[in-house]
Amino acid sequence: MFIAATVGVLASMSLVMARALMGPTVYDRVLAVNTFGTKTVLLIAVLGFLTERPEFLDLAIVYALINFIGTIAVLKFFEYRDLGRTRRPEADAE
Amino acid sequence: MIDPVLDALSWISILGGVFFMIVGAVGVVRMPDVYTRLHAAGMTDTMGAGLLLLGMCFQAGPTLVLVRLILVYAFLLFTSPIGTHALASAALSGGVEPYRVPVEDAGRADSLRGGENS
Repeated sequence: MFIAATVGVLASMSLVMARALMGPTVYDRVLAVNTFGTKTVLLIAVLGFLTERPEFLDLAIVYALINFIGTIAVLKFFEYRDLGRTRRPEADAE
Repeated sequence: MIDPVLDALSWISILGGVFFMIVGAVGVVRMPDVYTRLHAAGMTDTMGAGLLLLGMCFQAGPTLVLVRLILVYAFLLFTSPIGTHALASAALSGGVEPYRVPVEDAGRADSLRGGENS
Protein backbone atom coordinates (compact mmCIF):
# COMPACT_ATOMS: atom_id res chain seq x y z
CA MET A 1 0.00 0.00 0.00
CA PHE A 2 2.66 2.51 1.00
CA ILE A 3 4.89 1.37 -1.87
CA ALA A 4 2.11 2.32 -4.30
CA ALA A 5 1.77 5.70 -2.57
CA THR A 6 5.54 6.25 -2.75
CA VAL A 7 5.66 5.45 -6.46
CA GLY A 8 2.71 7.76 -7.18
CA VAL A 9 4.15 10.65 -5.20
CA LEU A 10 7.56 10.22 -6.87
CA ALA A 11 5.94 10.19 -10.34
CA SER A 12 4.06 13.41 -9.65
CA MET A 13 7.22 14.96 -8.15
CA SER A 14 9.12 14.28 -11.38
CA LEU A 15 6.35 15.92 -13.45
CA VAL A 16 6.40 19.01 -11.24
CA MET A 17 10.19 19.13 -11.40
CA ALA A 18 9.93 19.17 -15.20
CA ARG A 19 7.78 22.32 -14.90
CA ALA A 20 10.32 23.85 -12.49
CA LEU A 21 13.05 23.33 -15.10
CA MET A 22 10.93 24.47 -18.09
CA GLY A 23 8.97 27.31 -16.45
CA PRO A 24 8.99 30.41 -18.66
CA THR A 25 8.66 32.93 -15.82
CA VAL A 26 10.15 32.92 -12.34
CA TYR A 27 6.65 32.56 -10.84
CA ASP A 28 6.18 29.25 -12.63
CA ARG A 29 9.38 28.03 -11.03
CA VAL A 30 8.35 29.25 -7.57
CA LEU A 31 4.97 27.57 -7.97
CA ALA A 32 6.58 24.30 -9.06
CA VAL A 33 9.09 24.38 -6.19
CA ASN A 34 6.29 25.10 -3.70
CA THR A 35 4.27 22.16 -4.99
CA PHE A 36 7.41 20.01 -4.96
CA GLY A 37 7.86 20.89 -1.27
CA THR A 38 4.29 19.89 -0.45
CA LYS A 39 4.86 16.57 -2.19
CA THR A 40 8.12 16.14 -0.28
CA VAL A 41 6.22 16.52 3.00
CA LEU A 42 3.87 13.74 1.92
CA LEU A 43 6.79 11.60 0.72
CA ILE A 44 8.48 11.91 4.12
CA ALA A 45 5.25 10.89 5.87
CA VAL A 46 4.69 7.93 3.53
CA LEU A 47 8.29 6.78 3.89
CA GLY A 48 7.92 6.92 7.66
CA PHE A 49 4.98 4.52 7.46
CA LEU A 50 6.76 2.36 4.86
CA THR A 51 9.78 1.80 7.14
CA GLU A 52 7.49 1.64 10.21
CA ARG A 53 9.12 4.63 11.83
CA PRO A 54 6.30 7.19 12.24
CA GLU A 55 8.72 9.56 13.99
CA PHE A 56 9.40 10.83 10.46
CA LEU A 57 6.15 12.78 10.80
CA ASP A 58 7.95 15.32 13.00
CA LEU A 59 10.32 15.97 10.10
CA ALA A 60 7.29 16.35 7.81
CA ILE A 61 5.78 19.04 10.09
CA VAL A 62 9.05 20.97 10.20
CA TYR A 63 9.49 20.66 6.44
CA ALA A 64 5.97 21.96 5.78
CA LEU A 65 6.68 25.10 7.81
CA ILE A 66 10.13 25.68 6.26
CA ASN A 67 8.67 25.22 2.77
CA PHE A 68 6.01 27.87 3.43
CA ILE A 69 8.48 30.38 4.88
CA GLY A 70 10.91 29.79 2.00
CA THR A 71 8.21 30.37 -0.63
CA ILE A 72 7.05 33.60 1.04
CA ALA A 73 10.65 34.82 1.35
CA VAL A 74 11.42 34.18 -2.32
CA LEU A 75 8.20 35.87 -3.44
CA LYS A 76 8.88 38.89 -1.23
CA PHE A 77 12.39 39.17 -2.62
CA PHE A 78 11.13 39.15 -6.21
CA GLU A 79 8.38 41.66 -5.47
CA TYR A 80 10.38 44.20 -3.42
CA ARG A 81 13.98 43.31 -4.42
CA ASP A 82 14.83 43.29 -0.69
CA LEU A 83 13.71 41.15 2.24
CA GLY A 84 13.48 44.08 4.69
CA ARG A 85 11.46 46.48 2.54
CA THR A 86 7.70 46.92 2.67
CA ARG A 87 7.44 49.21 -0.38
CA ARG A 88 8.51 48.77 -3.98
CA PRO A 89 11.78 50.46 -5.04
CA GLU A 90 9.90 52.54 -7.67
CA ALA A 91 7.61 53.92 -4.94
CA ASP A 92 10.65 55.11 -2.98
CA ALA A 93 12.12 56.86 -6.00
CA GLU A 94 9.03 59.01 -6.54
CA MET B 1 -12.57 -8.15 12.31
CA ILE B 2 -12.15 -4.41 11.93
CA ASP B 3 -8.71 -4.62 10.31
CA PRO B 4 -9.77 -5.60 6.74
CA VAL B 5 -12.27 -2.73 6.76
CA LEU B 6 -9.60 -0.25 7.82
CA ASP B 7 -7.20 -1.65 5.22
CA ALA B 8 -9.79 -1.26 2.48
CA LEU B 9 -10.54 2.31 3.56
CA SER B 10 -6.79 3.02 3.57
CA TRP B 11 -6.38 1.61 0.07
CA ILE B 12 -9.27 3.67 -1.28
CA SER B 13 -8.02 6.89 0.32
CA ILE B 14 -4.39 6.42 -0.69
CA LEU B 15 -5.21 5.49 -4.29
CA GLY B 16 -7.56 8.48 -4.50
CA GLY B 17 -4.87 10.75 -3.09
CA VAL B 18 -2.28 9.47 -5.56
CA PHE B 19 -4.79 9.97 -8.40
CA PHE B 20 -5.39 13.60 -7.41
CA MET B 21 -1.66 14.25 -7.00
CA ILE B 22 -0.86 12.93 -10.48
CA VAL B 23 -3.77 14.85 -12.02
CA GLY B 24 -2.51 18.01 -10.31
CA ALA B 25 1.04 17.42 -11.53
CA VAL B 26 -0.15 16.84 -15.10
CA GLY B 27 -2.14 20.07 -14.79
CA VAL B 28 0.95 21.96 -13.62
CA VAL B 29 2.80 20.73 -16.70
CA ARG B 30 0.01 21.19 -19.27
CA MET B 31 -1.84 24.40 -18.27
CA PRO B 32 -1.10 27.49 -20.39
CA ASP B 33 -0.06 30.13 -17.82
CA VAL B 34 0.85 30.66 -14.18
CA TYR B 35 -2.67 31.44 -12.91
CA THR B 36 -4.22 28.30 -14.37
CA ARG B 37 -1.27 26.30 -13.06
CA LEU B 38 -2.03 27.65 -9.58
CA HIS B 39 -5.46 26.05 -9.85
CA ALA B 40 -3.95 22.65 -10.63
CA ALA B 41 -1.41 23.00 -7.82
CA GLY B 42 -4.14 23.89 -5.31
CA MET B 43 -5.94 20.64 -6.07
CA THR B 44 -2.79 18.74 -5.11
CA ASP B 45 -2.63 20.54 -1.78
CA THR B 46 -6.22 19.95 -0.69
CA MET B 47 -7.45 16.67 -2.17
CA GLY B 48 -4.14 14.87 -2.80
CA ALA B 49 -2.57 15.60 0.56
CA GLY B 50 -5.87 15.26 2.41
CA LEU B 51 -6.72 11.82 1.05
CA LEU B 52 -3.16 10.50 1.46
CA LEU B 53 -3.01 11.66 5.09
CA LEU B 54 -6.52 10.27 5.71
CA GLY B 55 -5.36 6.90 4.43
CA MET B 56 -2.39 7.03 6.81
CA CYS B 57 -4.75 8.02 9.66
CA PHE B 58 -6.66 4.75 9.17
CA GLN B 59 -3.38 2.83 9.50
CA ALA B 60 -2.17 4.79 12.53
CA GLY B 61 -5.06 4.07 14.89
CA PRO B 62 -5.83 6.22 17.93
CA THR B 63 -2.25 7.09 18.92
CA LEU B 64 -0.01 10.15 19.03
CA VAL B 65 0.82 9.46 15.38
CA LEU B 66 -2.77 10.41 14.50
CA VAL B 67 -2.31 13.79 16.20
CA ARG B 68 0.84 14.41 14.16
CA LEU B 69 -0.91 13.51 10.90
CA ILE B 70 -3.71 15.95 11.72
CA LEU B 71 -1.09 18.60 12.57
CA VAL B 72 0.63 18.11 9.19
CA TYR B 73 -2.69 18.53 7.40
CA ALA B 74 -3.61 21.56 9.53
CA PHE B 75 -0.33 23.29 8.62
CA LEU B 76 -0.82 22.48 4.93
CA LEU B 77 -4.39 23.76 5.12
CA PHE B 78 -3.23 27.11 6.52
CA THR B 79 -0.04 27.64 4.50
CA SER B 80 -1.18 26.47 1.05
CA PRO B 81 -3.86 29.19 0.41
CA ILE B 82 -1.58 31.90 1.84
CA GLY B 83 1.29 30.85 -0.43
CA THR B 84 -0.97 30.54 -3.46
CA HIS B 85 -2.50 33.97 -2.85
CA ALA B 86 0.95 35.56 -2.40
CA LEU B 87 2.16 33.90 -5.60
CA ALA B 88 -0.84 35.11 -7.61
CA SER B 89 -0.55 38.70 -6.38
CA ALA B 90 3.22 38.71 -6.92
CA ALA B 91 2.76 37.42 -10.49
CA LEU B 92 0.07 40.05 -11.18
CA SER B 93 2.20 42.94 -9.88
CA GLY B 94 5.23 41.43 -11.64
CA GLY B 95 3.45 41.97 -14.97
CA VAL B 96 2.42 38.44 -15.98
CA GLU B 97 -0.60 38.74 -18.29
CA PRO B 98 -3.46 36.27 -17.72
CA TYR B 99 -3.88 33.80 -20.58
CA ARG B 100 -6.51 34.59 -23.21
CA VAL B 101 -7.82 32.34 -25.95
CA PRO B 102 -5.92 33.19 -29.17
CA VAL B 103 -7.94 35.08 -31.84
CA GLU B 104 -7.91 32.26 -34.41
CA ASP B 105 -9.33 29.86 -31.78
CA ALA B 106 -11.91 32.30 -30.37
CA GLY B 107 -14.82 31.07 -32.51
CA ARG B 108 -14.11 27.47 -31.57
CA ALA B 109 -13.99 28.35 -27.84
CA ASP B 110 -17.33 30.17 -28.14
CA SER B 111 -18.94 27.17 -29.79
CA LEU B 112 -17.54 24.96 -27.01
CA ARG B 113 -19.13 27.26 -24.44
CA GLY B 114 -22.39 27.36 -26.38
CA GLY B 115 -22.22 31.15 -26.85
CA GLU B 116 -24.36 32.97 -29.41
CA ASN B 117 -21.29 33.81 -31.56
CA SER B 118 -20.90 30.19 -32.60
